Amino acid sequence: MIAPALFAVFAAIAVVSALSVILQRNPVTSALFLVVTFCSLAGIYLVLHAEFIGMVQVIVYAGAIMVLFLFVIMYLNLGRDIETGLQIALRRGVGWLMGFALLAAGVALFRHPWAAGPPAPPGPPVGNTQAIGLLLYSRYLFPFEVTSMLLLVAMVGVVVIARGRRAPGPAADLPPGAATGAEPRGDA
Amino acid sequence: MTPVPAPQLIALDWWALGAVIALSAGAMLLLLLEFVPAKPGSSRAAVLSLLTLAISAAAVFVARDARRSIFDGMFVHDGFTVFFTLLFCAIGAVSVLLSWDYVRRTGIHHAEYYVLLLCATLGMIVMAASNDLITIFVGLELMSLGLYVLVGFRRAHLESNEAALKYFLLGAFASGFLLYGIALLYGATGTTSLTRMAAFLSESPLRGNPMFVAGGLLLLTGFAFKVAAVPFHMWTPDAYDGAPTSVTAFMSAGAKAAGFAALLRVGLTALGGMPAEWGPILSAIAILTMTVGNVTALLQTNLKRMLAYSSIAHAGYILVALVAGGRDGASAALFYLAVYSFMNLGAFGIVTMLGRGREERVLVSDLAGLGFRQPLVGLAMTVFMISLGGIPPTAGFMGKVYVFKVALGAGLVPLVIIGVLNSVVSVFYYLRVTVALYMQEPQGEPTEVSWAAPAVVALLVTLALTLWWGIQAHDLLLEAQRSVMGLL
Repeated sequence: MIAPALFAVFAAIAVVSALSVILQRNPVTSALFLVVTFCSLAGIYLVLHAEFIGMVQVIVYAGAIMVLFLFVIMYLNLGRDIETGLQIALRRGVGWLMGFALLAAGVALFRHPWAAGPPAPPGPPVGNTQAIGLLLYSRYLFPFEVTSMLLLVAMVGVVVIARGRRAPGPAADLPPGAATGAEPRGDA
Repeated sequence: MTPVPAPQLIALDWWALGAVIALSAGAMLLLLLEFVPAKPGSSRAAVLSLLTLAISAAAVFVARDARRSIFDGMFVHDGFTVFFTLLFCAIGAVSVLLSWDYVRRTGIHHAEYYVLLLCATLGMIVMAASNDLITIFVGLELMSLGLYVLVGFRRAHLESNEAALKYFLLGAFASGFLLYGIALLYGATGTTSLTRMAAFLSESPLRGNPMFVAGGLLLLTGFAFKVAAVPFHMWTPDAYDGAPTSVTAFMSAGAKAAGFAALLRVGLTALGGMPAEWGPILSAIAILTMTVGNVTALLQTNLKRMLAYSSIAHAGYILVALVAGGRDGASAALFYLAVYSFMNLGAFGIVTMLGRGREERVLVSDLAGLGFRQPLVGLAMTVFMISLGGIPPTAGFMGKVYVFKVALGAGLVPLVIIGVLNSVVSVFYYLRVTVALYMQEPQGEPTEVSWAAPAVVALLVTLALTLWWGIQAHDLLLEAQRSVMGLL
């Protein structure tokens, strides 16, 4: 009964935030909405009892990949701030306030004596992590390995496209016979 | 939850994976060898690629009569796999031969070029050799990623960059369609395995189930993009034109054959022949593809763009065979794909040889007078054009004969009439090339030809096959029929 309701809530959040990703003008805001999308997808996975995928979704996508995304966006400086000093001061104040609140909560939690939880249920622990691992390395071994080739190709491709962007020139002026060594390589 | 399979799945017939393992190992070896830089101008990478492709082809050829389904159908070794693995290895080998000199004179002579070419070939084989939608998708992505980078390999060229970006963005979009289609099919049938999907559908046919129909159509859209069928062809002229010509040759033959291979396997294995709902849609796509491709090709002055539109039109003829459906339709499609691959490789191969050094001559008018100055180029180009136009005694003619015969057998008279009319239209622009070769005077500087032994070998092989299959088509057709029969 509760699962369909939860699904509806997470799905609605996912759709709305996904739309916001493409409708926002500021790339940083877009990226943050993408985090919301990933988190609501993780919620849907949890509703489906796929705890492992849900956690991976949060850790890998919402965590690692989005940090890279934001890093690149800020590096390229796409969203130029045009704010007055007052707004910045206000944000800074709120930031300090939130930081202290978080620190206080952490300290309070660690000082509180917690009771031990219920004992683990008897029998071998069968989590879906184990099931995924077994499937991945038996039935799905072939697509899994092809995927690693895919990642290799992606890596090689990135190197090919990004390498020596600044110096494609010299080889272009050489006579055809001397151009066999091609463009300078490995100067990135 | 699916029961955890017993470990005996690992103790499987590894020999069935011979081609896949050889190609992966060859690609990785090429990368590792870069730690020991080759002498400038060495052909090490090209030679190793040829060797890898030869080993890979030999690995399936020695086991051509065996039938295996391993990893629960994730990889299938059957006649269909053997046919397409041999075809892809041949396409790869001819492309390597064509690239040999071309990449040097255009300054893109890196080992990574061949690594990506081998990996793309691997992706094509995986697409054709799997009975599972997940693996088909991963194979398709492997092929596509390799091709995106190869198209943009000339980084200093703006056209190459533009082509790669366009191909990449539209390709990613099409992959999204395909993946969504796979998800919906999984939702409707509860499996991604093609054989289990067939079993499920035979028990409870999902005629008119919206999720199933939508999934199938999205899948069709994804594949239609890869084979460049109208209205999903917008990327084709730009990508073919901007890419290095040797890459254009490779992708025009390989990617199209791989897309059709996967579509045929899904259609024949999972959906029990093409589903009835697809008939009118496939017919419409086929008519549009033939007509738009041929009519637009008429207007081109750039040889690469003309051949790009011609490759779109050829996808339309193959779609006619798919509409006819059944094993006959499939074998006609296989025959046509093999024939098309070699005549197209040959035609693009000649384009790779035009011009000296970094100069590239890709206009139809650049061919003016070339037929008398370079008789071999003139003769070969004429044969390829005649074959592409479907005039006897060439392989292209036999391909069209089989496709239209099967379509007539299935009662598709209007489709055949439109196809034949289109062939007549196409003769006009193919012959324009021949007219330029023999009956026009060059304006400005006449085009030079960069002769290189490997390219000549590739040219002779494609020329011989184009003529041989025009005279002795029966053997190849028999092979095509046999490989479709053995579909696991």
